[in-house]
Amino acid sequence: MTKAVADTPPGREQPRPGGPGWWTARRRDRLAGYLFAAPQLAGTVLFVLLPLGLMFWYSLHDWNVLAGGFTWTGAENYERLAADPALPGVLGATAAFSAGLVVLNLSLALVLAILLNQRLRGTIVFRTIFFSPVAVTLVAWTIVWRFLLQDDGGVNGLLSTIGAEGPNWLRGEATAMAAVIVVQVLKNVGLNMVLFLAALQGVPKELYEASTIDGAGAWTRFRRITMPMISPTILLTSIITVVGSLQVFAQIDVLTSGGPGTSTTVLVYYLYQNAFQFHDFGYGATLSVLLFAIVLVLTVIQWQMRRKWVVHED
Amino acid sequence: MKHARLLIAAAAAAPLALAACGGADDDGPVTLRMTTWSASEDHLAMLNEIADAYTADHPEVEAIEFDPLPFEGYTSTLTTQIAGDNAPDLAWILENSAPDFVTSGALVPLTDTLSGADGYEYDDLIPAATELWTHDDELYAYPFSTSPFAVFANEDLLAEAGQPTAAELVASGEWTWERAVEAGAAVHAATGTDGLVIRDFDYTGWDNLSTLWTGWGANAWSADGAECGFDDPEMTEALTFMHDAVFEQEAMPGPGTTADFFAGEAAFTVTQISRAGLLADAAFEWDLVPLPAGPTGDYSVIGQAGLGVLTVAPHPEEAADFLAYMTNPENSAKLAQYFPPPRESQLTAEVLGQANPLLSPEQLQAVVIDRIDAGVVKPSHTGQAQLDQAVRAALDPLWTADADVAGVLAELCTAIDPLLAQ
Repeated sequence: MTKAVADTPPGREQPRPGGPGWWTARRRDRLAGYLFAAPQLAGTVLFVLLPLGLMFWYSLHDWNVLAGGFTWTGAENYERLAADPALPGVLGATAAFSAGLVVLNLSLALVLAILLNQRLRGTIVFRTIFFSPVAVTLVAWTIVWRFLLQDDGGVNGLLSTIGAEGPNWLRGEATAMAAVIVVQVLKNVGLNMVLFLAALQGVPKELYEASTIDGAGAWTRFRRITMPMISPTILLTSIITVVGSLQVFAQIDVLTSGGPGTSTTVLVYYLYQNAFQFHDFGYGATLSVLLFAIVLVLTVIQWQMRRKWVVHED
Repeated sequence: MKHARLLIAAAAAAPLALAACGGADDDGPVTLRMTTWSASEDHLAMLNEIADAYTADHPEVEAIEFDPLPFEGYTSTLTTQIAGDNAPDLAWILENSAPDFVTSGALVPLTDTLSGADGYEYDDLIPAATELWTHDDELYAYPFSTSPFAVFANEDLLAEAGQPTAAELVASGEWTWERAVEAGAAVHAATGTDGLVIRDFDYTGWDNLSTLWTGWGANAWSADGAECGFDDPEMTEALTFMHDAVFEQEAMPGPGTTADFFAGEAAFTVTQISRAGLLADAAFEWDLVPLPAGPTGDYSVIGQAGLGVLTVAPHPEEAADFLAYMTNPENSAKLAQYFPPPRESQLTAEVLGQANPLLSPEQLQAVVIDRIDAGVVKPSHTGQAQLDQAVRAALDPLWTADADVAGVLAELCTAIDPLLAQ
């Protein structure tokens, strides 16, 4: 093995790589740091950054998988996106789903967390009951609900026992969207509930005691103490829920396949149809870029808003 | 000890180095892969038997793997594999995606390979069977299964409702859609079970309704695919008939209701004969009869499945050669155990009887052999997946009790006209 001698100017002699002087504790630490970070970094590059870059690249092409064509079309897919007659309906359905899900999920999670935060018998049982759907496989959960929501399914069967006639839930435009939202809320409300519960239990008791002495009622205590103290958790759960709601797919696919009509065709489902059913991966990628932009903008807005309503934010 | 942390870090990063070491292709004998949507052990055993006989004589092919994909989403899975540079060599192709595959250049032309193969008897293939898979006089896929739609009847339910058997209706010349729906409604009224189920329709798989509307002479679109047929008077009449059958006579289960004929939950079901296998342990008496006559008389609708070689296959030449072997007269007779063959000489009650031991020669003659030549295939069009969605979405408003049938169908045409024009 030969060693290369570095061509260094006189007076500025440096330790050779691998030599005793070069291999300092600092360099060793740095190498260890890089090695420790390498798996995570490789994963991020390979499975996040690279696909993200490819998505932008594909969106600039016409890629018909069957025909084997992959041709540069520049901004053509974006022009098509701007003129797509189906897009307003799709964005409307997406907004309706997200709004319904976020409002229902967060408010229900908070109410459940407050109820289960009381020192009452049986709260552990109820916590387990409300949290258990989170651990169930999404598709299995949704398939069971599809049977329950059929015209002659369990939900309408239950309603008929009290003399009420339920609608054909998954076949009416308004009821289908409501059904998809409720099924998704019931699936995931437990997760937000646990996060709220942890936040509620982190609120110092002294604050409540002090305010009670000052004569604050239950509502004032909730508004002036509980809400500000758990506001970082509200921010976290709202970001997770909004982003999650924009990525809903399996529930739509299993429950309604985007119907009736196109009333539950949300953006991700429309993207899936274009890419994987219509074999148009280029336009599918363009819709992904739109989804990415929407998620990014909403997250930035929420992040900026934290200054206004999150207490104790550095 | 001073290197301990570095060693742990190196160990943590080691899997990356391993992952970077991929395998490389070799130049030896090739392995072919064929995707199917059947995971039936019997089907796979038969396919493997044919494959083993082929590889024994063809050293250039080391092995042939059959890769069953779920029927639900089959075409999407296949195209995703193609997009992911993991295309199979051969693939089963559903009839509704036939035009997309056949006209896009996705499949290798087969006419020369098949007609040039020793003892292939290419002219034995029935033109009505190969038409869907042919483009510019070139065959792009072999229609290995060509199976007419027929009606299974539950004799016990009909008797319970005081109705004649299906065979009696056929014999007396009364076997029409109107009479079938009347019998279905009577069964529903008398027993509470459902009357007539067009299987796999479920208010989404609308192309299965062609088994009904063809009896009215209706078509989804014109033969050249350019003009919408849903607003034609024949179609309006056919779908008005069906709407009444569902919502007024309650002879067919409504949207959001499931009824499985094979579990004894309906008097009749319209489906392909290959489903007869589901009746092996049936707890009721049943029969198989041709589709009922419509206002335009007798007709038949056939469902098909093709087998093609993908242009982007890793080994297209070897795959085409195997396809020729797999579908030669000798192996076609083996395939006929499960799939009605497109070969004229093999469309006999005897050959089909081996495949369908539950069906009598008379049933096979009446339902399959007499009907296959005149069969109309289910509607398909270039860009079928997009059309499929558009029609499904536009038909949804039809499935309410107070729907305006003609109005819905006119809007449907407005919705799909731009797609048909593409």
